[in-house]
Amino acid sequence: MRLVLGFLFALLLTACAGPQVRGTGDLGLVIERASGHVTLVDTTSRQPYARIGGLGDLSHASAVYSRDGRYAFVFGRDGGLTKIDMLEARIVNRVIQSGNAIGGSISQDGKIVVVQNYTPGGIKAFDAATLELLSEVPAEYAPGKFSKVVGLADSAGNKFAYALFEGGEIWVSNFSNPKQPTTQRFTAGSQPYDGLVTPDGRYFLAGLFGEDGVAMLDLWQPEKGARKILEKYGRGEEKLPVFKMPHLRGWSVAQGKAYLPAIGRHEVLVVDVATWKEVGRIPVRGQPVFVMARPDGRQVWVNFAFPDNGKMDVIDTLVGKVVHAFEPGKGILHMEFTPRGENVWLSARDDNKVLIYDTATFTRVGEIAADNPSGIFFTTRAARIGF
Amino acid sequence: MAAEPDAGRQKELVRLVRQDCGSCHGMTLQGGLGPALLPASLHDKPAESLVATIYYGRPGTPMPPWQQFMSEAEAGWIVQKLMSGFPQ
Repeated sequence: MRLVLGFLFALLLTACAGPQVRGTGDLGLVIERASGHVTLVDTTSRQPYARIGGLGDLSHASAVYSRDGRYAFVFGRDGGLTKIDMLEARIVNRVIQSGNAIGGSISQDGKIVVVQNYTPGGIKAFDAATLELLSEVPAEYAPGKFSKVVGLADSAGNKFAYALFEGGEIWVSNFSNPKQPTTQRFTAGSQPYDGLVTPDGRYFLAGLFGEDGVAMLDLWQPEKGARKILEKYGRGEEKLPVFKMPHLRGWSVAQGKAYLPAIGRHEVLVVDVATWKEVGRIPVRGQPVFVMARPDGRQVWVNFAFPDNGKMDVIDTLVGKVVHAFEPGKGILHMEFTPRGENVWLSARDDNKVLIYDTATFTRVGEIAADNPSGIFFTTRAARIGF
Repeated sequence: MAAEPDAGRQKELVRLVRQDCGSCHGMTLQGGLGPALLPASLHDKPAESLVATIYYGRPGTPMPPWQQFMSEAEAGWIVQKLMSGFPQ
C-alpha cells in the first residue's frame, strides 16, 4: 500500500514539475513583506498557484518583468535582486547587490535591469539574463557626498532617469553601452522623494518634498533642462504632517489630465498634460499614497497614508469627483488592475488578505490569503514604459 | 519614568513602529529614506531628543510629529526599546 501511494505521489510530482504550456499574460505576484515570500497569482482564476520563499527583507519591495512576461525581477529592501520564473514558479537567480535598495527598472530592450540604492547611494546595472553586474553610477552629487536615489524609471534608448533626494537633482544615465554609462545632471529642487515617467516616455517628473512643486524634465529635449510645475500648489498653507511618502509610479493619465497625490494634503491634484498647469483639485479622505488610473482611464483609485490606510476613494474622471468611497480592509498598501481593468486587486496588509473587486459594480469578487501583503505586480507591466 | 504601556498597547506600538515608521526607516529598522533606528546607530544620541523627535517631528525633514497617535510617555517607551533592540 505504501509503495502504491509512493508511486502515485511520484507520478503527481512529475505531472506538476513538467513544463506547463500556457502564456503569462494573466499572471502576477504579490509581495509578502514580512516573511520574504512572494505568492504567484493567476488573475483569470483569481487564485494563487505557487508561493516562493527566501527573498529576504521585502519591505517596500517591487518587481518588474522581462519583455516576454516570463521572468520577474524582485527588488528587496536588503539589496537582494531575485529573478523568478513565473511558469516554473521558482527562483532562477539571486544576488545581493547593495545594503539598502528601493526598487528598480528594466531597459527598453529588456537586456538590462537597473537597481536604485539608498546605501551606497547610486544605481547599478545588471545583465537581465545572468544578473552579472555590468556597471554602476554612484550618486556622488558633490565630492564625497552620496545621495539616496529615488524614482528610477526607464525611458527610450536604454536610458534611465532618477532623482537624488539629498542632491536635489535629476540624473539621466544612458546605458547604450551598458558597461560604460554616461550621465547627464539637471537641477530639480529640494528633496525629490519619488519620480515617474509619462506613459509615452517623454517626461520625467520628480515630486518634491522640500518645497511645493514637481520638477519636470522633457526627455525628448533634455538640453532645455528641468523646470518646475505646480509650483506653490500649497500657496503658503501649512502642510499637514506626512506619515507616508506618496508614490508616483503607477500614476494616472486619463483624458488628457494627470492625477497626482498632493503631498501633505487631503487632495488629488489634476493637471492638464498639454500645459502642465493645475486645472483642479479633488478632495479625498486622507493623504493620497497611490493615485492609479484604471487602464481605460475612466476611474482613478486612491489609497491613503496612515492613519487613513483602511480607506479607498474612487474618482470618476468624467465627473471629476469621488463617486465611491469605502473601507475594504485594514492597511491597504497597494493596488493593481487586471490588464483591461475589470478587476482591481488590493493588498490589505493588516487583514493578511488580497481583496479582489469588480471595478464596475465595486463588489468584492474574491480574496486570497497572504502574509502581510504589500506590492502587487502583474505581468502586463512587461509592456509598459516606466513600469 | 512613567508606567510602561500595558501589554496590548505595547503590541500596537511595536506594530506601528515596524509597519508605519518602517515605511521610511525600514521594517527591520536598518534605515531607508529615514535613518537607521538600530541600537548601534542610536547609542550616542540623548534619549530625550529622540523622544522629542518622535513626539514633535523634525521640521525641515520628512519626520512628522506622532503626538496624535501616542503620549510622550509612550514615545519614551519606544525610544527605550529602540536603544536596547526593538521587539519583533
